[in-house]
Amino acid sequence: MTIALEPAVHGDKVSLLRVLGPAHVWALGVGIVLVGEFTGWNFAADKGGALAALIVCWVVGLLYTSVAMIDSEVTSTVAAAGGQYAQAKHIVGPLMAFNVALFLVFAYTMLEVSDAILLGDTIVAKAGVEGLNHNAFIAATIVTLAWLNYRGVLMTLNVNFVITAVAYVSIVILFFSVSPWTQGAVLKLNELVTPGNALPYGWIGVIAAFQFGIWYYLGIEGTTQAAEEVRSPARSLPYGTMAGMITLLIAAAMTWYVCASMMPWEYLGTTYYPLWDAAKLTGSPLLENLLFIATLLAALASANGCINDAARAWFSLGRDRYLPSWFAAVHPKYRTPYRSILFLLPIALAFAFIADLNQAITFSILSGVLQYTFMSINIMMFRKKWPLGSIRRGYTHPFHPLPAIVLFCLCVVTFFAIFLGFGSQLIAMVAFYFLISLWFHFYRYKFVRRGAQFTMPWPKPQGY
Amino acid sequence: MWTVLSYASWGISIVLALWMLYDWFKIDTTFSEEVLTSSREGELEAVSEKHRI
Repeated sequence: MTIALEPAVHGDKVSLLRVLGPAHVWALGVGIVLVGEFTGWNFAADKGGALAALIVCWVVGLLYTSVAMIDSEVTSTVAAAGGQYAQAKHIVGPLMAFNVALFLVFAYTMLEVSDAILLGDTIVAKAGVEGLNHNAFIAATIVTLAWLNYRGVLMTLNVNFVITAVAYVSIVILFFSVSPWTQGAVLKLNELVTPGNALPYGWIGVIAAFQFGIWYYLGIEGTTQAAEEVRSPARSLPYGTMAGMITLLIAAAMTWYVCASMMPWEYLGTTYYPLWDAAKLTGSPLLENLLFIATLLAALASANGCINDAARAWFSLGRDRYLPSWFAAVHPKYRTPYRSILFLLPIALAFAFIADLNQAITFSILSGVLQYTFMSINIMMFRKKWPLGSIRRGYTHPFHPLPAIVLFCLCVVTFFAIFLGFGSQLIAMVAFYFLISLWFHFYRYKFVRRGAQFTMPWPKPQGY
Repeated sequence: MWTVLSYASWGISIVLALWMLYDWFKIDTTFSEEVLTSSREGELEAVSEKHRI
């Protein structure tokens, strides 16, 4: 199938291009997240031992399944670029929406920065050349992916689909290469994880591990940013998001099993490359090189999706004049939010050159968890204001309000875990969002076209 | 080889960054601000979109 991009400007209108399908939604969500299997999740073992990393794999999996279900329902109804920002605007109000958009931009830009640093460090580690600096590889990653995003969403997410699939298949190949059905030959889970060392710090270690357990799935909610560019939002978004979540649950389980069965938790909790290290331990050069390439591809896919999502959130803020409308420009030929992509490019580069990986990851996780907390409140308000049957929904999530309550409780636990490890960053970030909210309320909101920002043709909410 | 790759990475970054800056300038000077910022939330894609299958 080929799609002509020539008729760019329709009279005096130019908008984002609706060309994506469920596979692209999957590629966007899983592409952003999969890097977390290659690095990040394993720091949970450092906080609480190998068993804690498994417990948080399932419990945080529950958190993200709730996120995916809630997101699928609301986004299949509020199908607009900006995702959770557009949801917050219609359901909660402008101040919440402004904050949510900033959560999104911070979460994705900091994740992009982390991905680029990881990619640069992985190449430097592989090269083993004295004096080789990671900055060149970081710059090439961020600029090339920004260029790809600038040139069009279809090619961007086609590329993401291919590289995400290759990275995923590499995990499956590694899993079956170590004879997962037998213990003792390659895998030694019963020797490495014993009753004596499974939870070295007890249950408080499990709580502390939540902070890095987030990495198994961080970013799956990014699928909603494609809402304005998918051909059928009501079908593609729930399908792509839920398929992505299932894919990630399987990948997370395989990754933990292989890594915990090959490395002691003390090492597993500190290495930056758990899967690549596991491949090295098999003694197979083929597997070692495959997992090296897969680590790079996973980092690329994640950064690529993050640029896509951060730019859409920033673009949406400009379109509603929450920020200067200059950012709301769409490229007449490539149909992308090109000014937003270009504006965020030097910011990502600057952070990638000066920030350290742990700081960037923490800021990304913090913004993500703030956003999930909002989502649990948002769905309660959505169901209360527009009960089932009052508006058309593309997908209705089951067991309401259980997923919302589970999500809220797990967010509280995760905040506590972050406070244990990065309390000062948590306080600084909350203070930042408080101050920027004051700026928005007292200065910026007067520029917003108040009536025009609400675009969904819904009936009045119940009780109003 | 890795050092050469490092220089090549800088080269690619500079070329692509310059290309984007050039295209940005070209687009901003060719089209009016009204057209470039005419996208509205909730509007479906124009029916005149031509897809060749």
